[in-house]
Amino acid sequence: MIRAAAAGAATSVQGVGKPIVNIAIFAFFVTVTLVIAIRVAGKNKTTADYYAGGRVFSGRQNGIAIGGDYLSAASFLGIAGTIALYGYDGFLYSIGFLVAWLVVLLLVAEPLRNTGRYTMADVLHLRLRAKPVRAAAALSTLTVSLFYLLAQMAAAGALVNLLLGVKSTLGQDLTITVVGVLMIFYVLVGGMRGTTWVQIVKATILLLGAAVMTAWVLTEAGFNLSSLLHHAAAASPAGNAVLGPGLKYGASTTSKLDFISLSLALVLGTAGLPHVLMRLYTVPDAKQARRSVIWTVWVVGLFYIFTLVLGYGAMWLVGAQRIEAAPGTADSAVPLLAFHLGGTLLLGSVAAVAFATILAVVAGLTITASASFAHDVYAGVLRPGDVEPRDEIRVARITAVVIGLLAVAGGIMAKNINVAFLVALAFAVAASANLPSILYSLYWPRFTARGAQWSIYGGLISSVTLIIFSPVVSGQINPATGASLSMISDPHINFAFFPLDNPGIVSIPLSFFLGWLGSVTDRRTSESARFARVQVAALTGISAERTGQVPT
Amino acid sequence: MAAVAVTESGQYRQGGTKYEIVQASREFHTLRRRFLRITIPVAVLFLGWYFLYVAVAAFAPGFMRIKVIGDVNIGLCFGAMQFVSTFGITLFYARWARRNIDPVAERLRNRAELRNRAEKGGRG
Repeated sequence: MIRAAAAGAATSVQGVGKPIVNIAIFAFFVTVTLVIAIRVAGKNKTTADYYAGGRVFSGRQNGIAIGGDYLSAASFLGIAGTIALYGYDGFLYSIGFLVAWLVVLLLVAEPLRNTGRYTMADVLHLRLRAKPVRAAAALSTLTVSLFYLLAQMAAAGALVNLLLGVKSTLGQDLTITVVGVLMIFYVLVGGMRGTTWVQIVKATILLLGAAVMTAWVLTEAGFNLSSLLHHAAAASPAGNAVLGPGLKYGASTTSKLDFISLSLALVLGTAGLPHVLMRLYTVPDAKQARRSVIWTVWVVGLFYIFTLVLGYGAMWLVGAQRIEAAPGTADSAVPLLAFHLGGTLLLGSVAAVAFATILAVVAGLTITASASFAHDVYAGVLRPGDVEPRDEIRVARITAVVIGLLAVAGGIMAKNINVAFLVALAFAVAASANLPSILYSLYWPRFTARGAQWSIYGGLISSVTLIIFSPVVSGQINPATGASLSMISDPHINFAFFPLDNPGIVSIPLSFFLGWLGSVTDRRTSESARFARVQVAALTGISAERTGQVPT
Repeated sequence: MAAVAVTESGQYRQGGTKYEIVQASREFHTLRRRFLRITIPVAVLFLGWYFLYVAVAAFAPGFMRIKVIGDVNIGLCFGAMQFVSTFGITLFYARWARRNIDPVAERLRNRAELRNRAEKGGRG
């Protein structure tokens, strides 16, 4: 418990913070965003309204919303916490998340906006006109979204333990259920328009909150970065080692390779994340899609600069021992720092922002997954050509409810399991199963439907299989305590024959290779007219979906 | 061109599709070459630069620990340079695309729309 851990700091029996304050601030956020979601919802009559917010958002609005989608609780609490415990290696991690946006900006955003309607599968469909490809793309979209969703829901359980002092199983399950119900409500009522506004509000308060805390830490350090680092290193048991790389990832050659594998997945995965790609369709045209990504780069970049200061700040002002002792260990660094700086009120705000983050991210993931099912699987594969927009939206809404319930059930089951690896896995699957076929569709004339299937299934199956047989699932043992560090808590079960935590270094090249091999050995060659359609549309925007246009 | 009828799917009954006609035009060739000549090398450059950073961090941590000013070391400066290069490439690309891509794309788009309209008019 956070209360127990920080009892030394706050001499009251209550411990750190007052759950009632945290809940009140969070309830305020929920009320405000619900009102916004209801007011902006409009009619959501067409699929473009429901999936893409009518394509009326400006690049700036959408860019901030994408930042909101991207900066999940894992980023907000996780990266700063990793810096607080391991120093430089956490910073290294954040850079991969930032540089990844250049792949989106230069190679993906504008062509994708010009050639699709709502989902990544649209682009593959325009290029290859093959139902099995659409089904494959939908499957990988759903897989990535569900992994990501499960990680967020499980984090909600851990966070409530950490921030609200809810210790009972029933209380945690109830919180996960409340998060799920709220998310279903946002998605059903607000559609993409409501969800986007929730993201904009969330991203703004997240940035403001982080900025205030950063300024506060810097004030304590006399606005001197060197002295902040000096204090942090002095306070850490690892000493000066925290100022350089290697504490977390530098133990052995295997762990170094693992870090390179992770970096590869981070830098290439972002451009394949379905909930990010879907956001590119909420703006009127490719120019605004470009502006969106530019804004996202600023939002995300600024935020990671803040987390660097917050992480070293927590190392200095809170100390590794107290962070390690708190529930959620690394994740508690920022909340504890907030309490140290601003007491109950600031801790309450940080707790509320963290919850808002989870709520907004799960809403974004749910709408993406439901769109993929309704638009790609139902309207595209099961009943091609005879689905009314109203029907499709109805199916999307039902899917959103089903996914919401699944996420609640999954979150309740996974809350005591270490599922932090699911986010990294989502990036690895996105980079392996999605990115190669997106790039080939847009840029390679000889790409065929068979190549697409090989690449998507090859990437999906190899990354998931390698994860199952990796140390994150079984066989990783804490040498000090003998306890399991893997998902499977029994230390005697060990089927980890793949040495790396992250499969990217194998599965990403494999998927690119399979996409190439499947295409060049395909007897049915690529249709040049289809490539012309995609390439011309991608670069010029001819025939791109426009604002408010009712799709035909 | 005006003599060729357009079907629902945008296929021209004779010759290539309307997209193939645009694709074959000199202006589109220029656009494509311009786009790929910047985006591909820049992508290779920033990915190489990023993986250089990752590799140095993983395999030469001692180098990263060399102090530059006070407790600020090479690692931190190298990391900060990744931020600077990301922001720099973003700004450069935004400006470059606005000047070199947008006008050409718009011209091609307008021309295709005009042609579309003329042909639809001609058919009716």
